[in-house]
Amino acid sequence: MEHAEHLNHLASQQWLIPFFPLVAAAIQSLLKKPARKLSATLTIGAMGISCAFALRAFFATLGGGHHEEVARGIANFTWFKFGTTSLDLGFVLDPLTAGMAAMVTFVGFWIFVNATGYMHDDENFTRFFCFLSLFAASMLGLVVSNNLLLLFMCWELVGLCSYLLIGFWYFKPSAAAAMKKAFITTRVGDVGFFIGILMLYQHTGTLNLYTAEGTGALQQAGGLATLTGWWGLSVAGTIALMLFIGAMGKSAQFPLHVWLPDAMEGPTPVSALIHAATMVAAGVFMVGRMFPVFTAGAGDWVMDFVMWVGCITAVFSATIAVAQFDIKRVLAYSTCSQLGFMVMALGAGGFVAGQFHLLTHAFFKALLFLGSGCVIIGTHHEQDMRKMGGLKKYMPITFWCYFTGYLALSGFPLTAGFFSKDEVLLETFHHNKAAWGLATFAAFLTAFYMTRQMYMVFAGKWRGGEESHHGHGHAHDDHGHGHGGHEPNEVPWNMWLPIAVLSIFALFMGWLGTPWFHDNLFHHYLAPEEHSPEHSNLVLWLSIGVGLFGIFLGWLIYGRKTMEHATDADPLAVKLGGLFTALNRKWYIDELYEATIIRLTMALGVFFRAVDKAVVDGILHAIAWVAWGISQVVRLVGDDLIINGSFDAGCDGVRGSGRILAKLQNGRVQNYLRVMAVGVVLLLVVYFVK
Amino acid sequence: MNFPYLTLITFAPLIGAGLVLLLPKSADKTIKIVSLLASLFSFGLALCIWSQFRPDAGLQFVERAAWIPTLHVDYYLGVDGLSITMVLLTGLITPLALLAHWNQDRSVKLFFFLFLLLEAGMFGVFTALNFFHWFIFWEIGLIPMFFLIRIWGAEERTYASFKFFLYTLAGSVGMLLAFGFIYLATGSFDFVQLREIAQTGELGRAIGVLVGDINKTTGLHLTAECFANILFWATFLGFAIKVPIWPFHTWLPDAHTQAPTGGSMLLAAVLLKMGVYGFLRVVLPIFPDEVAINLNILLFLSVASIVFGAYAALGQTDFKRVVAYSSVNHMGYAMLGIFAAAAAAPSVKDLVNEKAAALNGAVLQMFNHGISSAALFFMVGCIYERTHTRKLAEYGGLRKIMPVYAGILGVSMFSSLGLPGLNGFVGEFMVFKGAFPVVPWAALVSLIGLVVTGVFLLLMMQKVCFGPLNEKWKSLPDMTGREIFIVAVLMVFMFGIGVYPGPLLDASNHAVVNLVKLFERTPEIMLTLVR
Amino acid sequence: MNITLGHYLALSTILFAVGLAGALTRRNAIIVLMAIEIMFNAAILNLVAFWHFKVFATLTAQMFAIFAVTIAAAESAVGLALVIAIYRHYRSVDVDEMKALKG
Repeated sequence: MEHAEHLNHLASQQWLIPFFPLVAAAIQSLLKKPARKLSATLTIGAMGISCAFALRAFFATLGGGHHEEVARGIANFTWFKFGTTSLDLGFVLDPLTAGMAAMVTFVGFWIFVNATGYMHDDENFTRFFCFLSLFAASMLGLVVSNNLLLLFMCWELVGLCSYLLIGFWYFKPSAAAAMKKAFITTRVGDVGFFIGILMLYQHTGTLNLYTAEGTGALQQAGGLATLTGWWGLSVAGTIALMLFIGAMGKSAQFPLHVWLPDAMEGPTPVSALIHAATMVAAGVFMVGRMFPVFTAGAGDWVMDFVMWVGCITAVFSATIAVAQFDIKRVLAYSTCSQLGFMVMALGAGGFVAGQFHLLTHAFFKALLFLGSGCVIIGTHHEQDMRKMGGLKKYMPITFWCYFTGYLALSGFPLTAGFFSKDEVLLETFHHNKAAWGLATFAAFLTAFYMTRQMYMVFAGKWRGGEESHHGHGHAHDDHGHGHGGHEPNEVPWNMWLPIAVLSIFALFMGWLGTPWFHDNLFHHYLAPEEHSPEHSNLVLWLSIGVGLFGIFLGWLIYGRKTMEHATDADPLAVKLGGLFTALNRKWYIDELYEATIIRLTMALGVFFRAVDKAVVDGILHAIAWVAWGISQVVRLVGDDLIINGSFDAGCDGVRGSGRILAKLQNGRVQNYLRVMAVGVVLLLVVYFVK
Repeated sequence: MNFPYLTLITFAPLIGAGLVLLLPKSADKTIKIVSLLASLFSFGLALCIWSQFRPDAGLQFVERAAWIPTLHVDYYLGVDGLSITMVLLTGLITPLALLAHWNQDRSVKLFFFLFLLLEAGMFGVFTALNFFHWFIFWEIGLIPMFFLIRIWGAEERTYASFKFFLYTLAGSVGMLLAFGFIYLATGSFDFVQLREIAQTGELGRAIGVLVGDINKTTGLHLTAECFANILFWATFLGFAIKVPIWPFHTWLPDAHTQAPTGGSMLLAAVLLKMGVYGFLRVVLPIFPDEVAINLNILLFLSVASIVFGAYAALGQTDFKRVVAYSSVNHMGYAMLGIFAAAAAAPSVKDLVNEKAAALNGAVLQMFNHGISSAALFFMVGCIYERTHTRKLAEYGGLRKIMPVYAGILGVSMFSSLGLPGLNGFVGEFMVFKGAFPVVPWAALVSLIGLVVTGVFLLLMMQKVCFGPLNEKWKSLPDMTGREIFIVAVLMVFMFGIGVYPGPLLDASNHAVVNLVKLFERTPEIMLTLVR
Repeated sequence: MNITLGHYLALSTILFAVGLAGALTRRNAIIVLMAIEIMFNAAILNLVAFWHFKVFATLTAQMFAIFAVTIAAAESAVGLALVIAIYRHYRSVDVDEMKALKG
């Protein structure tokens, strides 16, 4: 009991975790002059404090709860009252929250450190760190909230920050378009999320996920399964579907994935923050958070839908990643693909597997993105992998760190990614063999395209000095760096230290969630009441096999003979031909949207503008014209002839008589008196005569 | 009798206007200061009223005196939860709008005089409880605005001002006639009394008697229901044009676009609210049955305002027109919340609270829109003063040279977009929270508007602030201290309400719950109504 | 000889006629004023006479008389002040020269 109270007490302090970055952001937004040192210190310091709080909460949850239950502390409060009820918000502390908060603060901390190097020469350094702080605050708020509405609010704020950060170099038209695209695409998903919230609120009467009395929305989730919702689903299923649509937007699931690769327009630490630790993870996290609703609707087709969306995204994005040349785009599509894995695991019922992959992926993907940032800085703002090569020689530290990230992502045995991906595949295997097969194929593609990237970037010889054509979308404004000819050099310590730290996690973190070590620690931590999935040797060895085969194939095509010149054709392009172009153009999805939805929306805008101008105003003007016409008739016939005629005559008469009468008024008071006297006399005469 | 706050708050601007008239024409500075002081005095009074307002009570600060005894017309003032926020909003926005014109140099005297007159009209509308003088104030609001647009407007000011004036005037004529008939039937112009007799069914009977008389004298065969319906639609039209509800909205973009900045601010922030307020104060209480009968049409019109308004905003190329259309869109949310409160949905559990949420949301949305649209129009005015163009295509990249402007425009834009943490979100969420269970189809279709709102606002932001800088503007100065102050005041409210909307919702809750109770009818009564 | 109401009325008529004649014919503003006072007194005399012969049962008439006397005093004071003001302006008290009221 004492332990539970302690947890509640900690939960009531959960707001502190997002609070510090928020304060840091507020202070920086009010700074008048750019103050680089202060701003970086504030941001990183606040994140450090938050990290300490998150870790404190994390360790408190390690002890578990009562009777094999999840350790959970709750702190709810009333936001405002309406009608006879009130809208409550709250904070929660449970393993899901604690693990996520610890990960976000920890990874975020190192990303911020790295950003001090990456953004070193940017003129808007202060604003950048202000946005970063706000981003971290929103994300942490999302994580610690015990209320779907509070979660949604932070969710939207995360979207706002990503909007601001993607468009950080707003003067580039591509960045201006990308920021808008990111916000609107996720907002499309948010409509679904919003409907889900409304339905949940309607049916449970609360948006608090857990309450001490057991009346929380999630605690009532079971009851929702008996009510009839839409499309043959139960209410629980409908809500789950709607919430998942929101997650699809945020976690860039097909077909709402289009914004994520474009989001690479932002500075690279942002990419690391968004595409690894935070924003995209929010969708998966939310599905995990709301998992009781999903499982309550499990009898419906919702879970299968979730799984297949994840599966399709995993394969689909992996194929695109194979044919990209921009170092960050490869990683971006890889993120899409990995998110697909997580979502697929959730859809297959593997709550723990999905969250575990989310955590490990956060570490090694942050590592990879920061590594790519180091590469970009080291090569003086080059992002095209064809113009890199041989960087292992120039940037050894970056190389070795990146290499661990590469191993983890490719699922090389015993790395973090290997264990989590294996668990994902295991869950899928038990649930649906076809999806498992496709996912295994995606795992193979992952290993392949990462090997391709490694060889193109780090192996062979330096191809950057060959030629320099500027102005085709460099990600940076003129920092004063020279482009082209310079040889690459290693990055400063504040850039490589973070990736070095993260690489340790990329290598060893997986042991937390493996059945070989204390029977899956992570599973026990997150879901003590459930059993971990049954082990399968087929899945394990096949997963290892495809990973190694992907690496081998990558070596075969790109490693045996590395690229000589930046202008050389991609060997795969030679083999695949038109298919490679289609992959490179991302299956023409953007073009499809451009031609359909976007064009339709804009056309509707023009249409309704025209309706207002032509139809609504037309009717209005017609009425006005008719009224004017009637008034003209009335004026000409009625007024001018009859009324005005007689009126004018009357006026003339009045004016003439006035002129005469005016003469009487000569101003002599005695005259007036005389007239009066005459009048009195006349009256008297009349009186007497009568 | 208590201290006559409401009379004072209404007449303080008039006294200020009188003082302005007495001042010599050339004393620009003095005129400005006097007007500002007058409006600040009203604002101070509004704050006094706000601080003494008891959220759990009904009508307060009531002042009542016989005025025209032969007609049973009282001078009857009072505020309740429906009007208190509007009084506060009017008091807040007017000084800011005056400040926005601090550098005005053309016919200062007349300009500021009209502003104060306008303010008096607005206060009058929100405090009057008797149709007779309420209508006078309602019309007073019209005249200064007409001149503000006509004299100080942009290039097409004549067309816009006449359209605005004639359109709204035409609307109020119908309303005036309708109230004439109601008076004939009941002998009362008193909103409170009319609400009571409407609730007991007395009003329906009285109209029935009146219709009988009319039929006798004219030989027509009107039914009482039909006649009540006509009265309802006549009243509806008067308010709908003011709100404006689609398709009566086309005067609004024209008037907004042509009006001077302060005029736009007041027009959007307060004058439109007079229409919505009319629905809360007059239409729902006096015509509850007619609203219920015509509910689907009314819901369709509000959804149309949301969706079509958003799309039409998307199609605009003029900065100010985009913002103007966003008003159509945002008022649609308020109307959705209001009409949702009238819907019958017996299967929804906790119906009263759902409806209370929708109505509270609508009242809050009124205030929120006042804040954010005033800010947006002011921002448009700022940039128009510098560039003398409103074409979106001619801006671009302004963030580089005007970072403060871009930041504030961003905040205002997101406040209008309904970003959580800013004011717009709470109102919209409450509206949808209430409307979704009660009238699901309307709420769902309106969600399209939510997306399109995002699209057109972000597109606007992108065209103005992002992308490469248009070289023409490279020497534009950023915002001045005065300009920043004006928006800063509004931004305090944006953040404040976004984080802690409690006080505003508390203020409106009591009145809203009472309004919802009007629609607590048994299904049988509803059936007879529909028949 | 018994003095009847008719006597009083005759006196008052004569007084009034005298006053009227003065007001109509004299050109000096002060004398016009005095003539008006005479007409006033004729009216007051009427009132008192009517009261005396019980045409009215109450004291109203006396009250009227006292009231009218007071008014007359005030009026003549104002009148004189006006005449002085006019004199200062026109350097004359000839009423024929005062025709600023002309339309």
